[in-house]
Amino acid sequence: MLTVEKVKKSFDGFVAVNGVSFRVHQGEICSIIGPNGAGKTTLFNLITGHLPADEGKLTFKGMDITHLRPYQICRLGMGRSFQRTNIFPRLTVFQNIQAAVLAHRGKSFNFYQPVESFFQEETQVLLKMVGLQDYAETISGSLSYGFQKQLELGISLASEPELLLLDEPTAGMSAQETHHTIELIGRITREKGLTLLFTEHDMEVVFSISERIMVLHQGRLIAEGSPEEVRNNPDVKKVYLGEGR
Amino acid sequence: MSKENWFLIVIIMLLALLPLSESRFYIFLGTDILIMGLFAVSLNLLLGYTGLVSFGQAAYFGVGAYTCTLLMKKASIAFPLAFIGAAIFGAIIAFIIGFFCIRLTKIYFAMLTLAFSQIIWAIVFKWNSLTGGDNGIIGIPFPQHLDSPTRFYYFTLVIVVCSFYILRKAMDSPFGRMLTTIRENPERTEFIGINVKLFQLFAFMLSGFFAAIAGALFGIFNHSIFPDLLFWPQSAEVLIMAILGGMYSFFGPLVGAAVMLYLRMLVTSYTQYWPLIMGSILALLLFFFPGGIVGFLKSQRIFARGNR
Repeated sequence: MLTVEKVKKSFDGFVAVNGVSFRVHQGEICSIIGPNGAGKTTLFNLITGHLPADEGKLTFKGMDITHLRPYQICRLGMGRSFQRTNIFPRLTVFQNIQAAVLAHRGKSFNFYQPVESFFQEETQVLLKMVGLQDYAETISGSLSYGFQKQLELGISLASEPELLLLDEPTAGMSAQETHHTIELIGRITREKGLTLLFTEHDMEVVFSISERIMVLHQGRLIAEGSPEEVRNNPDVKKVYLGEGR
Repeated sequence: MSKENWFLIVIIMLLALLPLSESRFYIFLGTDILIMGLFAVSLNLLLGYTGLVSFGQAAYFGVGAYTCTLLMKKASIAFPLAFIGAAIFGAIIAFIIGFFCIRLTKIYFAMLTLAFSQIIWAIVFKWNSLTGGDNGIIGIPFPQHLDSPTRFYYFTLVIVVCSFYILRKAMDSPFGRMLTTIRENPERTEFIGINVKLFQLFAFMLSGFFAAIAGALFGIFNHSIFPDLLFWPQSAEVLIMAILGGMYSFFGPLVGAAVMLYLRMLVTSYTQYWPLIMGSILALLLFFFPGGIVGFLKSQRIFARGNR
């Protein structure tokens, strides 16, 4: 579904992503792990078009997306969440999700009908899916951190993506919130038959739901395989699992 | 019909009755407020709705004033056509300026809007043969059928009310909602599949269109136009009006324009230190009522339901 070929990106001489190649197949749940500064978020930004790659090629569903803008890539069926929570803070929870539905259904260039008349049901369904149906009228910026992450997931799902990229979906969450969020992500992914690619620092989370794990270190992929293989890989043990845990 | 719409209809009716006061002063002030209110609301499409701090809104206002006047005086085009021409030319100028400005963000964006408006000011200032340069153009007569302050007041009222109707509908539509999401978070908006720059450019043109209408009205209202209309303090003034009234509500900038023009009228009859008083009011406001006058009223639940 997604092919990343020899992608490279540097900032002012610092090589953040150095010739990374991998594939994500349809229906897979993959994760990318690596220490802070390994290049995970940069890699995501390259895939979603937020950053232009210096070298390499990106293909999504057989189409070359290397030079597309983010909104074009999104329209092809890729959804993403961001590491820093990325919602529309002064809008209500309902309006957040409704906006994404409007954009996805191509109704955003309507100038004359009241916005309230659009996609009430569709929005409610999504609210329910991410467990926020009781908070529809809450100003989203005032939600707890965990709920904001759930809302962001809802925004991503509104564009009915086939591939979902989640950047540290449980960053900054309490143990309970983490557990809850992972359950939610796992359930939605199965129900919708999504392909999932996520980064995560919490090892328990990674090993519990990933089918395949890729390890990024100093901008390079140093290992790839099933959770079991990665756990036992000596290189990984050396650079990652041994560090700070 | 919602409470807010009833409230608006009452306001419009009161405004329609204003000339019965037969006070030249209030007719004059009323016209001024309506025109500057439209100007401030046009700015707020960018400022409050799209989150673009435009520091060069006077460019479109001035372009509107000059285009309308020059078309009438130099090309002898009838007023209605000149008026529409001014609005369209305002939108074209906004398209050109916007095309470049949206490539930048934050302070660089604001500075570039300022730079462009100063360029247009310089052109108007130096192009003596066309614009009269520093002397401006004086002696612009009222157009046919609008040849008294009262008639011109009614004309202004109709134009401004129609403009507000169109703009409010547009801001309550999905298009308006998308502008709000861009204001809140352009990065996220891009990744729900929206071409953010295209929407921003559209907001620019809409804003320029209505600012030019305000400018065209203003030129005729004053019977004269000067390059000062495009100079940066004009941009700053309208920015202050929008912030004073409240940039997160549709009519906030109109309220800001009304309060500021009325206060200025009042204060300047006592003292010449109006800028000092204006500055103090603004400073206090930013500290204590960052949502502006309307934002404050809304937080006190004086309006049952706000339009965001």
